[in-house]
Amino acid sequence: MTGVQRTVTRTVVVLLAMFVFAFALVPLYDVFCRITGINGKVENTAQAMVRDSIDESRVITVQFVTRAGAGLPWKLEVLNRQVRVHPGAATEVHFAFTNHGSTAGWGRAVPSVSPSEASLYMRKITCFCFQEQRLAAGERLEAPLVFQLTRDLPDDIKTVTLVYTLYPVDDKPLATKATSVVPGGET
Amino acid sequence: MAPKLPPQQPLQTPAEQGNDGAATAGHVNEGYHHGPSGLMRWLLTTNHKEIGTLYLIFSLSMFFIGGIFALVVRAELFQPGLQLVQPEFFNQMTTMHGLIMVFGAVMPGFVGLANWMIPLQVGAPDMALPRLNNFSFWLLPVAFTLLLSTLLMPGGGPNFGWTFYAPLSTTYAPPSTTFFILSLHIAGISSILGAINIIATILNMRAPGMRMMDMPLFVWTWLITAFLLIAVMPVLAGVITMMLMDINFGTSFFNAAGGGDPVMFQHIFWFFGHPEVYIMILPAFGIVSAIIPTFARKRLFGYASMVYATSSIAILSFLVWAHHMFAVGLPLVAELFFMYTTMLIAVPTGVKVFNWIATLFQGSISFETPMLFALAFVVLFTIGGFSGLMLAIAPADFQYHDTYFVVAHFHYVLVPGAVFAIMAAVYYWLPKWTGHYPNERLGRWHFWTSVIGVNLTFFPMHFSGLAGMPRRIPDYALQFADFNMASSIGALLFGTSQLLFVLMIIKCVRGGEKAPAKAWEGAEDLEWTVPSPAPLHTFDTPPQFHHREG
Ligand code: HEM
Ligand SMILES: [Cu+2]
Repeated sequence: MTGVQRTVTRTVVVLLAMFVFAFALVPLYDVFCRITGINGKVENTAQAMVRDSIDESRVITVQFVTRAGAGLPWKLEVLNRQVRVHPGAATEVHFAFTNHGSTAGWGRAVPSVSPSEASLYMRKITCFCFQEQRLAAGERLEAPLVFQLTRDLPDDIKTVTLVYTLYPVDDKPLATKATSVVPGGET
Repeated sequence: MAPKLPPQQPLQTPAEQGNDGAATAGHVNEGYHHGPSGLMRWLLTTNHKEIGTLYLIFSLSMFFIGGIFALVVRAELFQPGLQLVQPEFFNQMTTMHGLIMVFGAVMPGFVGLANWMIPLQVGAPDMALPRLNNFSFWLLPVAFTLLLSTLLMPGGGPNFGWTFYAPLSTTYAPPSTTFFILSLHIAGISSILGAINIIATILNMRAPGMRMMDMPLFVWTWLITAFLLIAVMPVLAGVITMMLMDINFGTSFFNAAGGGDPVMFQHIFWFFGHPEVYIMILPAFGIVSAIIPTFARKRLFGYASMVYATSSIAILSFLVWAHHMFAVGLPLVAELFFMYTTMLIAVPTGVKVFNWIATLFQGSISFETPMLFALAFVVLFTIGGFSGLMLAIAPADFQYHDTYFVVAHFHYVLVPGAVFAIMAAVYYWLPKWTGHYPNERLGRWHFWTSVIGVNLTFFPMHFSGLAGMPRRIPDYALQFADFNMASSIGALLFGTSQLLFVLMIIKCVRGGEKAPAKAWEGAEDLEWTVPSPAPLHTFDTPPQFHHREG
């Protein structure tokens, strides 16, 4: 192999490696955010409650914000916009979905926590956001969220905001409820 | 002043040195064919000088097309209110201006200079892979014809900014976006192939006796730039492929509804994007490091530190990307990390500026046009570096982000930075390319109108930005009217003064004062040992490079 061929082979290997790396960044990014809790991503499956004593000395304000994403004539409301909780205690909050449209459809509420550091300490025992919802035209559905802020929540966090954004799920057959596999993201 | 090289007679040196540079140099020679003439000659050429010329002409044409788009933007912003264009079209103009200038003007401009000068500066007969070289050039007209044609498609061309953030560029993008992605892929492949060729040439085809630390800085900076290209162009290809899949195949890389994440787009984009801005400035550092010693008639101060500074800038450039994202809501540790790494980059950059100034110190300086552009580069690029430092302060960036202050910053580093460096290089090497000196009077006019135009355009943007004028808007609040009017007048001046540049080039190709082989008194690199104009084939027998003593 001449020098030129050797150089070219090596650079092409680096090139391909970097192309693969770009795609590897997607899962890596997800794992990284999950481990470090940055980016406000919360565990999207039910978690067991940590049996902890309740820290009566601290009171954390937890606020809920709901937003409708584009393309879905639905509304998501929270029945209590703000609750004050002690770390360690489990709290239940009620949400209501309403389909204002004239057709049945599937929707999904995607959560996000801020400050993002708090997402590591936010445990959801039950959440409507774990599954997609199906609503008939005009239907209203109440769904609970049960969460717990663990006791090791850093002291400087006094307020935690949970944001739910509603998105349409287009490619789902209206009759059955299948779990969709979403490439490029966590399910 | 010790001459860098003893006088050379390139054609009479024995070639066989057992050095791998000499060995490959002979072999590549066989790639030459001199059949076709006319158009076919240019279509099929594998000669590095002809390909270099093609790149430079292409870059200049794109510079004018991108410039016209910028003038549309500035004409609309001349006064508050909407006068000339619709906001939708305005957005297409800002986007296309950015894309064309970055990928069509600056990058191909530097590649053209690399093609012309790297073989001459390392004493090689041609690039290592001449046919590939032809192919990488001809990809460019294809890519940019495609990109420009999106303006005529239903729904218009790209309108989401040159940074094409998702979901603006996916969910809300015009239908032509698929063509935009394709054209960027083609342009990216062209850059990658060019980079491979440059690396292969520099590593394998140096004249016998030329060690790495003997290479001119333009060669060094291009070598490092080529590595940056190899590392990040695939990432760009990756991110636009993900966009393509989100748009056409229903994936959700960047779509929160499907579990994806739009912020991740910005991370991946800037992982490419920040090294990309250094791709556009490192070769400029090399050019200025060639010109300043020539016209100061002194050796470059701190050659080795220049090489190390360039390398550390390149390495650091992978660790600073999120300084473009301070305002997306990064956690505190990330804000701090990216703030400090960004400020760290200012250190090697400062070393370079220091070295240029130290080179000038006690030199016997003369002010020919290339030197004027190089000196303006040092001053104005440094201003851009300082505004960059201001932006690097995360809490301050919360206010500056997405305002005209950012526009002022990157135009200072890119226009009187990268573009002036390319112009300096053209003035500096034109005698070698054409055999004639550029017209000094015309050059001076071009220089002064450009310097005044650039500063009149971009300096007021600092103020409108600090006062809160957002970027990428077709209309603005009344208090920004005066700054914008000044910017628009400056832009018109800068734009029209580029006609002088074209006039100067045409005159220089046609005739002018004859230049000897060593066109500039203080110039020392290998390219000045071949006749002016450089014959089509140079260094068919590799020259013997004599290492200069410290
Ligand atoms: C001392 C060196 C530099 C520092 C500290 C610096 C810092 C920054 C920061 C913090 C931003 C983000 C501002 C914001 O969006 O809020 C920025 C933007 C930018 N910089 Fe620099 N920079 C430096 C040098 C350069 C150079 C050499 C170039 C190119 C040749 C460059 C090109 C750009 C561009 C194009 C943008 C804007 C991208 C966009 O949002 O469209 N910078 N710079
Ligand atoms: Cu940057």
